[in-house]
Amino acid sequence: MIEFIKTLISGLGLGSIYALIALGYTMVYGIAKMLNFAHGDVIMVGAYAGIVAFTSAGLPPVFTVFLSVLACTLLGITIEHFAYKPLRGASSLSVLITAIGMSYLLQNLALMIFGSQQKAYPQYIKLGQVSIGPVTVDGITLLTLGVTACIMVGMSLFINRTKLGKAMRAVAEDRGAAELMGISVDRTIALTFAIGSALAAVASMCYGLTYVYIKPTTGAMPGIKAFTAAVFGGIGSLPGAMLGGIALGVIEQMAKTYISPLWADAIVFAVLVLVLVVRPTGLLGKEIQEKV
Amino acid sequence: MSEAMLSVKDLSVSYGSIHAVKNISFEVKEGEIVTLIGANGAGKSTTLNAIARLLPASGEILFHGSSLMHVPGHSVVKKGLAMVPEGRRIFLRMSVEENLEMGAYISSRTEVKEQMEDVFRRFPRLLERREQTAGTLSGGEQQMLAMGRALMSKPKLLMMDEPSMGLAPILVEQIFGIIRELNAAGTTILLVEQNAQAALSVADRAYVMETGRIVMSGAANELLASPAVKKAYLGG
Repeated sequence: MIEFIKTLISGLGLGSIYALIALGYTMVYGIAKMLNFAHGDVIMVGAYAGIVAFTSAGLPPVFTVFLSVLACTLLGITIEHFAYKPLRGASSLSVLITAIGMSYLLQNLALMIFGSQQKAYPQYIKLGQVSIGPVTVDGITLLTLGVTACIMVGMSLFINRTKLGKAMRAVAEDRGAAELMGISVDRTIALTFAIGSALAAVASMCYGLTYVYIKPTTGAMPGIKAFTAAVFGGIGSLPGAMLGGIALGVIEQMAKTYISPLWADAIVFAVLVLVLVVRPTGLLGKEIQEKV
Repeated sequence: MSEAMLSVKDLSVSYGSIHAVKNISFEVKEGEIVTLIGANGAGKSTTLNAIARLLPASGEILFHGSSLMHVPGHSVVKKGLAMVPEGRRIFLRMSVEENLEMGAYISSRTEVKEQMEDVFRRFPRLLERREQTAGTLSGGEQQMLAMGRALMSKPKLLMMDEPSMGLAPILVEQIFGIIRELNAAGTTILLVEQNAQAALSVADRAYVMETGRIVMSGAANELLASPAVKKAYLGG
């Protein structure tokens, strides 16, 4: 029982990181109608930014986090502006290939600058182990859970209650109609990339504090898993990304503990295939029919 | 003769190699209801979308004397020009209220409130369904929402693309009644319709389009009586 609860909590922690990344994937897909495969690598950049800020420049933790978020946000806006915006009218295949190219570009730039040796992410927040009754868990896992919960509540409020959030939903549904309302589609898409990348920076912090070692390909696997989580939950849906991320993390940790660490990834993807066979739009994705 | 509110000169629009609108010129004066009628594919909707700057076009579009040719699509509404697009294109996943809020995206919070009350007065059904998701509304209600949404920005010129499409005759009558009311309240209207009979009976003037060109124009009641128009668009 204790082992089960421990596995569940670490699954929730891992799932939170997937959920944070999946939010970026799903928002960009919903609003810009593209799969940004470079999104995972933004996390890697965020982690290196943290290393540079804290370890090399000796900045205090607060500034380290701030700098990492700033670096990712600017990177997201830059990628969108120079790589994706010129392709707005192009076929989705061209955009997809550009995104894959951007992913490799970021990985190779990191390889050139930081080398292939993995680097340690500074442990600027030390929480040690926390005991809740008979269960001992990492403090960082609890922090990750807390931060993710706050971000999810914040994002839901932003998307559902604020004028900008509603404008994003309008653009997601119908770009032309949104333009008619006076909403700038270009600016809305740029904002989406900015928010998605800022969330990726937060994910990089949680990832670095939990798993410590960072290398240029660090973002690739969590990126793919988060993309899977977004599809699992119903791509384009924010609650779907959150649910998908958490579910994926829990399934992965459960499979590691109770079946075999070697089989964990295979099981995760098998569950994805199963869900898509039963519900092609994902857990929370839905089709709305137009009325005549 | 008063100065034209909207004046379109030598407007051409192409989709790739297809020349959908060919050098058309027309104008709409303040206070008028002007209609563009014609068969499917004549280029009517394309013309409206070009004026709303949703499509690249060549030629000149003057609104209150200033050119719209270099105005980005999302700034057209600020000039006082709103459109009810073909197929309504309301935001189906958003609530009725949110749809209306989007219609007044460029307005301040107090203006939004005032305008919304105004729209609800005109369309009481929307008030009843305020919290409902737009996708759950009936076809007629969706058309009212599309019109209400366009009115939220207090447009001087309202362009409507096929507002009667797919609606039962009783609803068509209701929609055209509302068009008359809006016009009486001071909104200039540019109406695109396939239902030429209904459009001509509500309009002051009309232009008839055929394969991307304007082939006839004149007072609506004259066109309604014209044998050529009768034969081509009014079923004999």
